[in-house]
Amino acid sequence: MTVRIVVVSHSDKIADGAVELAAQVAPDVMMVSAGGTSDGRIGTSLEKVMAALEQTTGGDGVLVLTDLGSAVMTAESALEFAGEPADVLLADAPIVEGLVAAAVAAQGGANLRAVRRAAEAIQGYSRPQDEAHLPEGARAPAGAPSRAVAASADAVAADGRTRPDATGDFELVNLAGMHARPAAKIAGGLSGMDVEVTVNGVDGASMTGLMTLGAGRGTVLHVEASGPDAERAVEYVGGLVRAGFGEP
Amino acid sequence: MGGVTVALDVTWAVKWLTLSAQAMAEHRVELIELDRAIGDSDHGENMDRGFQAVLDKLAEAPPETPGAALKLTAMALMSKVGGAAGPLYGTAFLRAATALGDAAYIDAPALAAALGAARDGIVARGKAESGDKTMVDAWTPAVEAATAAAADGDTLAVLIAAAEAAEAGAIATDPLVARKGRASYLGERSAGHRDPGAASSALILRAAAGAAA
Repeated sequence: MTVRIVVVSHSDKIADGAVELAAQVAPDVMMVSAGGTSDGRIGTSLEKVMAALEQTTGGDGVLVLTDLGSAVMTAESALEFAGEPADVLLADAPIVEGLVAAAVAAQGGANLRAVRRAAEAIQGYSRPQDEAHLPEGARAPAGAPSRAVAASADAVAADGRTRPDATGDFELVNLAGMHARPAAKIAGGLSGMDVEVTVNGVDGASMTGLMTLGAGRGTVLHVEASGPDAERAVEYVGGLVRAGFGEP
Repeated sequence: MGGVTVALDVTWAVKWLTLSAQAMAEHRVELIELDRAIGDSDHGENMDRGFQAVLDKLAEAPPETPGAALKLTAMALMSKVGGAAGPLYGTAFLRAATALGDAAYIDAPALAAALGAARDGIVARGKAESGDKTMVDAWTPAVEAATAAAADGDTLAVLIAAAEAAEAGAIATDPLVARKGRASYLGERSAGHRDPGAASSALILRAAAGAAA
């Protein structure tokens, strides 16, 4: 069972196409499109949205993604009609990128709030300053994890930042580097864990965040994790990277 | 009861919606023209189609209370209008229906409260304020006038006050520069045109008064 997703667009083609695209990275997540009006015009339909909400009940909650202005209003109205169900949330995220990120998180077993966070994390991503933010010595040799486990989660580094519970540095060995499928694997797995992870400064649970790194073969990924699953999360990323994500 | 209008019932509600549908059909071209100037020229067509759907629903399953009639209207408008007006009017009718509950009769204070709930729904959904050149500019003066008139207990007077204030409010949108909705993309060029949503709101509130007369 996973979180399920409803996609509301003014166009049925956009809604169907976005779902089709996201299904590539999240084959087990139920996604239902609600695009266009009931009579096939451009617009949004309360009936379609409510039918989609009905179809998606029974999972671990439903995230609703919308496109332009009145799609948001229609989705909000549908929730009002349904009596504001607690297990349905609206995401404020771009419909395609947000959907893919949400689908990846749901595929990884993330709960509803984490799935919404994954979708909304798409907003305002700026490319990080290459590796400038990395602490001295973090640029580890190829494939060699330099693990440092902090004594407590409250430990504060000299620069005033809270020190992560676990860290690791892993060099990308696969030919294509960090493209969509590896990013989906990392983000999907991390989304299901109780942990906050950054990879070279971006949210590790965000597929598109990872893709903005533009990290090619040979790039060292610096992973910082905090939370109960910190160790597991670093090991998870390290395992995937070392195995080249199962790619050449 | 003297000259005081009796409480409104489901017959009034159905007549209101029927007259609204007639008004949308009659003013379809006018609303299209208003929307062509500052929007995407679909308001007249959308509202006409939406209220025709309301008539179909009323015929299919005649409601037993005013609240049920308004809830059915909300559902039909949200499903059939398509543009932003669908969820905005839909929310207005839904909130009014919720305010009325299962009551068979509506007295003047309940009527004013329902109009207020409708206006609040539009504001909540559309996030527009007075002066943004939207339907809020018709609804807010209408609710204020209705609330003031409700003290005398005459439902017809409440509805007439609301209709007159909404009409004046719609006319008052002419010189405004739009700050919400598609017209806001036009900036200063939106001035000099009446807001189509305020115009259709005035028609709907006039129909409410007509149904009680």
